Amino acid sequence: MIRVRDAHKRYPLGAGFFTRRGQYIHALNGVDLEIRRGEIYGLVGESGSGKTTTARLLVGMEELSAGSIEVEVDAGAPLRLPGLDRAALRRLRSTVRYVFQDPARSLNPRLSVREVLLSGYRYAPGWPGTRAAEREAEAIVREVGLRARDLERRPADFSGGQRQRISIARALITKPRVLICDEVVSALDVSIQGQILLLLLRLRREHNLTIVFIGHDLSVVAYVSDRIGVMYRGLLLEEAPTERLIADPRHRYTRHLFASLPRLGTPLRTADPDSPFRTRADLIQPPPPERDLVSVGDGHRVSRAFA
Amino acid sequence: MLAVRNLCVGFATAAGRLDAVRGVDFDLAPGQVLGVVGESGSGKSVTAHALMRLLPANVVELSGQVRVGERDVLTMDRHALRAYRGRTTAMIFQEPGRSFDPIYSIGRSLVETIQAHGKIEPEAAHQRAIALLEEVNVEAAERRMANFPHQFSGGLLQRIMIAHALAGNPEILIADEPTTALDVTIQAEIVALLLRLRDERGLAIIFITHNLALISSFADTLAVMYGGLVMEYGPARQILSAPRHPYTAGLLASLIPFGAHHSSRPLPILAGAPPDPVAPEPGCAFAPRCPLARDACRSELPAMRTDAAGIAYRCIVDGVKDPRLFESAGADFGARS
Repeated sequence: MIRVRDAHKRYPLGAGFFTRRGQYIHALNGVDLEIRRGEIYGLVGESGSGKTTTARLLVGMEELSAGSIEVEVDAGAPLRLPGLDRAALRRLRSTVRYVFQDPARSLNPRLSVREVLLSGYRYAPGWPGTRAAEREAEAIVREVGLRARDLERRPADFSGGQRQRISIARALITKPRVLICDEVVSALDVSIQGQILLLLLRLRREHNLTIVFIGHDLSVVAYVSDRIGVMYRGLLLEEAPTERLIADPRHRYTRHLFASLPRLGTPLRTADPDSPFRTRADLIQPPPPERDLVSVGDGHRVSRAFA
Repeated sequence: MLAVRNLCVGFATAAGRLDAVRGVDFDLAPGQVLGVVGESGSGKSVTAHALMRLLPANVVELSGQVRVGERDVLTMDRHALRAYRGRTTAMIFQEPGRSFDPIYSIGRSLVETIQAHGKIEPEAAHQRAIALLEEVNVEAAERRMANFPHQFSGGLLQRIMIAHALAGNPEILIADEPTTALDVTIQAEIVALLLRLRDERGLAIIFITHNLALISSFADTLAVMYGGLVMEYGPARQILSAPRHPYTAGLLASLIPFGAHHSSRPLPILAGAPPDPVAPEPGCAFAPRCPLARDACRSELPAMRTDAAGIAYRCIVDGVKDPRLFESAGADFGARS
């Protein structure tokens, strides 16, 4: 469905007058991955790992510094980044939809839910005309567990969980093939989180969606994902089917991450004091050169970087 | 050492009176960790701020008792409060990045905090600041005194905030979601630091969090809050192994164990949403979401009762023993949507 080839993203250090020539933040340092049709691909990593940068590249919100991304579409040749014209970029953005972490901030408070759903859709290539779109909006709000009369209300009238349903509905209305879910349950209470996860799993089944699920909570990502990629310092360090990754993490960083995870009733473990992962990743230093992933069988790949 | 009795906090808001805390009781002994767990709007953070008397101006009710030794924090005058804050009880917050003044070096602000706690020579205050930074494991403390907040990671800033909190040699540390904004690997280190300070200084800690898995790993006692009320309170281990209150049971059931996958393990669901704090129901705050609720639960707020194991809980039903309580709720949700 999606093929990412040697994707790089760097940002100049500092901004405007303060730009430091020749110095960069290396956000993504050559990521290769393939997301299959209909799967839920989980991306985990800590802040600065490059997971959100990867997601933003997938919808063309950022431009690649090097490398390429191909997204299959229903008809015709795959869309290939970089180098999409405006029409193709619009097709990409209605095929691959981004659902944000914080629905309170990503929904315009002055618009009714109906306007939230239709305002972006109007410019999408699949716009069916106002009357048909309104019927679709009614169907979609019911599908995400809200009522048709909620269309007249504003985002502020809803709880956090319901707002996340609205932003999922907004993504679904353009009939995408892929949803990028970036920390979609992180801001929600535990008792609400489950409702949203079940909703996503049901939508995946009913719409045959492909989902990229980004999160920092390993238990949550592992619960929904079929495969998981572990990111650190802009590199993919390990990738495997979920069950395999949990049973047999190979990379030192993956083990470090797993060990720090709080578990019910178990004392927290801290990293070995000599661990290179204890200090914050320095994104200004160029990344290590040896970054290709080596297959260890059964779809399990491990990087030699930071090993 | 600390005894909170029937603490109530109410605010005036545009939408009406908001009773954020509706009668909270707990105790804390030296060297003990009390975990206060709750979701957003449960009143956990307001409780913490009330213990420090750090409340916004729209407070219309602050009643009950917060006894520290012989004194009641809620009746202290300004003078007594100044001596109390930081020296008896100190507090750290969720976002260390926002708690520092960006134009002061971290050394300068720490020295100021030290000087605010009593007369001390500048050079002695400087040395004491270095010692505090070393105590919280800031490497190269002497050199880093001159650095500014933006030169530190979130984890280091949280350590520095803890150094500020220690400057007045408090007996009680209130930590309000101190690791929520941090990565998991850093979180583990901050918790390890707090536990070391508890052991070395005999510090009593109130750790406020929404993360039950995290707090379960080190709390001695737990207070589970919902809708401004403590729903269950007692020894952490006993509560976690056999919760008495349906809300605690639901919260535990909603935790996804590491390694569980949707294909093999259905997710139990607490249907519904937390209560509206402006117009609370007359009965139990959890009744609208509770699979065991009866009519009596909806009409009258259940009183706290204490069982033989020393667990206090606010529920009239004895049915949480059924481990499948919330599985049926989950099935129900699936059918409805």
